[in-house]
Amino acid sequence: MNSAPLIRRRTGSLLGLAAWLCGIAFFLPVAWMVLTSFHSETDAATNPPSIVAGLSLHGYREFFGAGTGVSPWPPLINSLTASVVSTLLVLALAVPAAYALSIKPVRKWSDVMFFFLSTKMLPLVAGLLPVYLVAQNSGMLDSIWLLVILYTSMNLPIAVWMMRSFLSEVPGEIMEAASIDGAGLHTTLTQIVAPIAMPGIAATALISFIFSWNELLFARVLTGVVAGTAPVFLTGFVTSQGLFLAKVCAAATVISLPVLIAGFAAQDKLVQGLSLGAVK
Amino acid sequence: MPTATEATRRGPGGRQSVAAPARQAARARRAQRARDWARRAPLLPALVFLVIVTQLPFVATVVISFIHWNALAPTTRGFAAFDNYVAVFADSAMRSSVVTTVLLTVTVVLVSLLLGLGLALLLDRGFRGRGIVRTLLITPFLVVPVASALLWKHALYNASYGLLNGALTWIWGLFGSHDPPQPDWMTNSPLAAVEVSLIWQWTPFMMLILLAGLQSRAADAIEAARMDGASAFDIFRYLTLPHLRRYLELAALLGTIYVVQNFDAVFTLTSGGLGTANLPYTIYQTFYQAHDYGRASAQGVVVVLCSLVVATFALRTVSSLLREEVTR
Repeated sequence: MNSAPLIRRRTGSLLGLAAWLCGIAFFLPVAWMVLTSFHSETDAATNPPSIVAGLSLHGYREFFGAGTGVSPWPPLINSLTASVVSTLLVLALAVPAAYALSIKPVRKWSDVMFFFLSTKMLPLVAGLLPVYLVAQNSGMLDSIWLLVILYTSMNLPIAVWMMRSFLSEVPGEIMEAASIDGAGLHTTLTQIVAPIAMPGIAATALISFIFSWNELLFARVLTGVVAGTAPVFLTGFVTSQGLFLAKVCAAATVISLPVLIAGFAAQDKLVQGLSLGAVK
Repeated sequence: MPTATEATRRGPGGRQSVAAPARQAARARRAQRARDWARRAPLLPALVFLVIVTQLPFVATVVISFIHWNALAPTTRGFAAFDNYVAVFADSAMRSSVVTTVLLTVTVVLVSLLLGLGLALLLDRGFRGRGIVRTLLITPFLVVPVASALLWKHALYNASYGLLNGALTWIWGLFGSHDPPQPDWMTNSPLAAVEVSLIWQWTPFMMLILLAGLQSRAADAIEAARMDGASAFDIFRYLTLPHLRRYLELAALLGTIYVVQNFDAVFTLTSGGLGTANLPYTIYQTFYQAHDYGRASAQGVVVVLCSLVVATFALRTVSSLLREEVTR
């Protein structure tokens, strides 16, 4: 009986060790990507791998166009535009909709919720052709604004679901009390709803940003020279110039960086958002 | 449209008193309707936007699926009846991409769900550096999918200088062997190669949702069970697992939605070669490379129909999430 806590402590530290090993195993490919990006091309492509080889910024210089004259800035700016603008649009559409579905719910609100989610289950690719044809005939092909519209529709359903669960956190009694005290809609929204909803809005924005930044299929089919996004640039980067491992790893690192920073900074928000706000 | 009350109002003055209650009722109805619209108004922009941008294209896809339409042969355009559908079902490549999609999705979702559960259980307990380990674990989910596909293809799987074979060389070298096995991972088992990279990417997602579920358990119930002498396994089986059910369902549903539509990994890793073409990639090829708009649309419609079958089950599962909330 006396040895039980000891055994528990020992298995506890063993399990902690196991968790550490798993964490390192999952992180290893990313660590390898970053390490390789700082190697020279000859050190990057060796077998067995050269871990202690000298560091070099060669890959990054190449990525930023020193060797080829192909600048990565237009695609990066395109990605930023598409992700940020579509995220703002998603919020502008999802927050009022979630309000109508939670705080003062419309009749049959759960049917509406299912409609939103069901649009997410219809594969995007099945609507791609008509979008392409309309874009082609209206001159919207290779325009970043077309992607903005599509990314908004892609993230809107999940955003409505997330925002609704965050807004239903607002206790009805407080809302009632406020209206009895004579608070108008504006006061109620800014003083009561907004403080509770803000973390939810942040989580929704983060998820919407990540999925827009990552999208490839639409960007590849609907953009070309002008409006190509960072993921499209990354795929073209390999095929057009053969393979330079350090350069590819540098490119992959740079393009992943915004999402990595945002995700690390807002881990808890990410968890809440991914579980559609179901977590209290 | 003249209402009954308006008609009576226009009638002889003697009937005014009879009409008063009716007028009141109409006013109440109108007010109710105005309130209803005020409630609905904030919802409408999102709803209208989504119908226009996602539903209308599907309708157009259905229409095009009944037309012979190949952009490379513009003269042959015309009504096709079910020709495109016949072609889709007769196409062995299409049939095999259905199988690939199912295999890929089921494997990736199940394995990453199980791994995610294991990791979530490991992380649920306190140990030194837990925050750091969680950060390490979520990293794969945050790497841009194209970047992660390129990383696996060139830096890890590559037969001559990838990390996997490099590690084999290194380990064999430790034992003084100069003849390490150097398998060509992507050629030998292409589908598994795609699956492993996707599992690596989706396990953190599953872990995050399940970890959130674990941490929302009531601690006192578990403490009470432990006091009563329940074993760790009993607690897991009878307390944790039932509590986790909705989180498992949610994780599986969202994972399926995204993995079924996966394009990036298949496109980047194998370009659909060697039996790894899934449905999104096959449609992309029919449309973008073969320019057969009619057939691509028919493929799209078939995919939508299959998805609807899956979605019906999935939505029933999720409805338990909302029902729980309503009854609370």
